[in-house]
Amino acid sequence: MKKVYDSAAAALDGLLFDGMLIAAGGFGLCGIPELLIQAIREAGTRDLTVASNNAGVDGFGLGVLLESRQGRKMISSYVGENAEFMRQYLSGELELEFNPQGTLAERMRAGGAGIPGFYTKTGVGTVIAEGKEHKEFDGETYILERGIVADLSIVKAWKADPSGNLVFRKTARNFNPPAATCGRVCVAEVEEIVPLGSLEPDSIHLPGIYVHRLIQGQHEKRIEQRTVRKRA
Amino acid sequence: MAWDRNQMAARAAQELQDGWYVNLGIGIPTLVANYIPDGIEVTLQSENGMLGMGPFPFEGEEDADLINAGKQTITELPKTAYFDSAQSFAMIRGGKIAMAILGAMEVAENGDLANWMIPGKLVKGMGGAMDLVAGVGRVVVVMDHTSKHGESKVLKHCTLPLTGQGVVNRIVTNLGVLDVVPGGLRIVECAEGVTEAELRAATEATIVD
Repeated sequence: MKKVYDSAAAALDGLLFDGMLIAAGGFGLCGIPELLIQAIREAGTRDLTVASNNAGVDGFGLGVLLESRQGRKMISSYVGENAEFMRQYLSGELELEFNPQGTLAERMRAGGAGIPGFYTKTGVGTVIAEGKEHKEFDGETYILERGIVADLSIVKAWKADPSGNLVFRKTARNFNPPAATCGRVCVAEVEEIVPLGSLEPDSIHLPGIYVHRLIQGQHEKRIEQRTVRKRA
Repeated sequence: MAWDRNQMAARAAQELQDGWYVNLGIGIPTLVANYIPDGIEVTLQSENGMLGMGPFPFEGEEDADLINAGKQTITELPKTAYFDSAQSFAMIRGGKIAMAILGAMEVAENGDLANWMIPGKLVKGMGGAMDLVAGVGRVVVVMDHTSKHGESKVLKHCTLPLTGQGVVNRIVTNLGVLDVVPGGLRIVECAEGVTEAELRAATEATIVD
């Protein structure tokens, strides 16, 4: 079965439908599937629920899907750098389910691992715990959180081989592996597809079993907070 | 007189112990890395998936794939390891991180912490803060003691939505250092040039001896 596609639009063909749940990798603008996001924008799919730690910034990353009003709901831990996100949320145009960052990552991991729910201390005694089952283990209170299974996962990696084995680079790994595993279908975009046999099998970060479709492309890789120090 | 941002960070750095794995929050806590005492080796965790966080890069050496949890460009060290977000929070939730140093909007005498939203005004999100306060061994908060309007942010009860309940161990402010103890807060020390009376006057929380 061929996993490599010529373009983001071709790789998403037949996978998109209105009202779907998409899990996206990335942290801030680092390691985001920018090509697939743009292709979803162009496809015009509507009423999306997107599980992603952030929503990009105005005009880049998932922010472009908010600008085009394709999003109905975000499941995120942080919206601080996106004015349009905050405006749509405060005006009630966009639903927002806040998840603590580790809870969101574990919900994706669990969903991909066949675990429908798990107990965590995170959020006990806060608004996050409201309406959730509480249970005591060894004298401590935990809340039940559900695994996420998405209709589609979109992720970005550094390198792939044609079988879909992925290697990430530095902190651009972040949410990509858990997001990839929790989708019924996962499409990955990478900077380079290398020949079979050229990735060290011991150094694969995400085995190709999780990756169904693959594209190679040019990434802008925008930096959100350029911070430097002076040379001595 | 009181401590400025850098002096608060330097004081918070005195909390570090040799060999610890530590997570520093955004803002003043990030500055703590500049004041790690000589002879103390700590490994900084960045919850977006890195242990062994190095300093900011030299100009021209920024790497879009290498950022901290505040989305700032950073560098790696010889001991650096990268991992995904699920593993990052597994080590946080699993109690492997000895201490987190975090900012706060409000803190209460029972150790409650609020630092993620002001209803109707400011919605940032909790990011990893709820996971950190629930999972790490020790939580130190670094914050201004009072608001711009002079109101105490060290309270009997938090008024803002909580990040965690009963999670704070120690508070470092521009006016001094306080510990959360049974019955309220205990003054550990006053900042340079601040009297105990001034510290008490700026504190709404119950102070116990």
